[in-house]
Amino acid sequence: MSPLTFSLREAPAQRLDLSPLIAQNLAGKTVAEIERIEVGTTRVRVAVGDIFRVREGDPDSILIEGGVERFDRVGLGMGSGSLHVEGEVGVEAGRLMSGGQLTIRGNAGPFAGSGMKGGTLDIEGDVGERLGGPLSGETVGMSGGVLHVRGDAGERAGDRLRRGFILIEGRAGAYAGSRMIAGTLAIGGEAGDLPGYLMGRGTILLGRGASLFSPSFGDCGEHDLVAAQLLANYIAQVSAQLATLFRGPLRRLAGDLAALGKGEILLPRP
Amino acid sequence: MPGLTVNGIAIDDTFAEAFDMRATAIVITAPTERWAVQAATTMTGFATSVIACGCEASVESVLSPQQTPDGRPGVRVLMFAVSTTELQKQLQNRVGQCVLTSPGSACYAGLDSGEDKLKLGDAIRFFGDGWQIAKRLGARRYWRVPVMDGEFVCESITYLTKKAVGGGNLIIMGESSTKTLDATEVAVKAMHGVADVIMPFPGGIARSGSKVGSKYKGASASTNDLYCPTLKGAVDSALSPEIASVLEIVIDGLTSDAVAEAMRAGLAAIIELGPQRGALRVGAGNYGGKLGRHHYHLKDLLR
Repeated sequence: MSPLTFSLREAPAQRLDLSPLIAQNLAGKTVAEIERIEVGTTRVRVAVGDIFRVREGDPDSILIEGGVERFDRVGLGMGSGSLHVEGEVGVEAGRLMSGGQLTIRGNAGPFAGSGMKGGTLDIEGDVGERLGGPLSGETVGMSGGVLHVRGDAGERAGDRLRRGFILIEGRAGAYAGSRMIAGTLAIGGEAGDLPGYLMGRGTILLGRGASLFSPSFGDCGEHDLVAAQLLANYIAQVSAQLATLFRGPLRRLAGDLAALGKGEILLPRP
Repeated sequence: MPGLTVNGIAIDDTFAEAFDMRATAIVITAPTERWAVQAATTMTGFATSVIACGCEASVESVLSPQQTPDGRPGVRVLMFAVSTTELQKQLQNRVGQCVLTSPGSACYAGLDSGEDKLKLGDAIRFFGDGWQIAKRLGARRYWRVPVMDGEFVCESITYLTKKAVGGGNLIIMGESSTKTLDATEVAVKAMHGVADVIMPFPGGIARSGSKVGSKYKGASASTNDLYCPTLKGAVDSALSPEIASVLEIVIDGLTSDAVAEAMRAGLAAIIELGPQRGALRVGAGNYGGKLGRHHYHLKDLLR
């Protein structure tokens, strides 16, 4: 069955909340019913039909043709199926998703994958700040699943990460993996200042180091870790190129010793 | 026990009687095959019979680096016991004392599914004294325990099967100890080609087959005098005059089919070797069919 398709008519005049466009919400609805779903965020009412041409299809396989930076909350809370966006999206893409596959063929804004619990979020472009991180007032960020960014990430990528795997093939901004509770964050390019800032547990793999390391990490020397092979094998399922960075001996920095200090940063030879 | 004669070897018209058991499997890896085998050999020492060892365990197969989770040489070990509790205890003690301690070792689940779970790294992690690190990769979870040569990596759990069978057997009889041993070794080698089985006795072979009970109080098993060649003239022996040596292969398998397949492979190898170089007769041990649910009739196992 062909995917349920939303083709962008023209760029929206306001930010849109596209969180209703997920499989569990659209199952059993007719095209007319879907077109009446409100997605506006201002006093001017906007429905799906005003923005998209909707083509009937399988709600477990949703395709959004065209994207703009004003598409907020794409795939929020999705639990199954696939959602594919042919373009850019705004804030909170894939936030709180618990299953399924969300693919963004463009850039994503801040808080992409915020608090996600499962499933796979694949972003082909760059992402804004606080990738996978919690919103204000929340205590825990991403707690499961795989978050794959092929471009660069903004500041505090993986903030309060608790479980799951974040892979950033490009560079990351300052404070990558800040306040990490556990989980794994792998960055292929250079990270900004102070990666792992106040992390308690978890693993940060830095393929090309960082612009500045915190003095509150203790150098444990270089090691041939069996666990690194397991990590590399796992990463290779998502990105073979990123995996090759971590196959050799890795230098282990333990920290953040200004916090719990049971975390680690792993670095290949420069 | 008259039966068939195949290639000059008498095959008794009898059956091996085997029992339901609980079993698990683990994969041990190391920097070299030698050290993977060493860890597994140490772990499965004193694991020949549940009668006094708590479990029956042995190396099922040697694995190439391409077959292991961490890309290093490894071995797959199978372990059998009569209860889940005993299997958990034996697994924990043996991995803790023999695998954790072995240089460069790592330990993974050797079964991907089963009726129940057994703690593997979840039981060993406390050795890390708080420095242990859990790492979840997809559906699998590993513990990294700091040790003096680096880290001991151990998967958190392995699985248990309740479909396992213990006690499949062949009794190999020959005119000399050398020929009997040759035939039995050939059979064990053939059985090693079958997946999901182990032969837990030394080198896969038991020379002291037992019967249930004893004249002495407190002994649950004693020598199988009917098959002892030195007692041929003193008891109602099961041996004809030309038999001078008897050896037994005991087979435990993760499934009944695996046990049958191993017995079939062993029997075929003995028959192929022939009576001139090997055995004159092959039998099997049973308890009249009343104790074990699984019966493997030798005549059904001839290819």
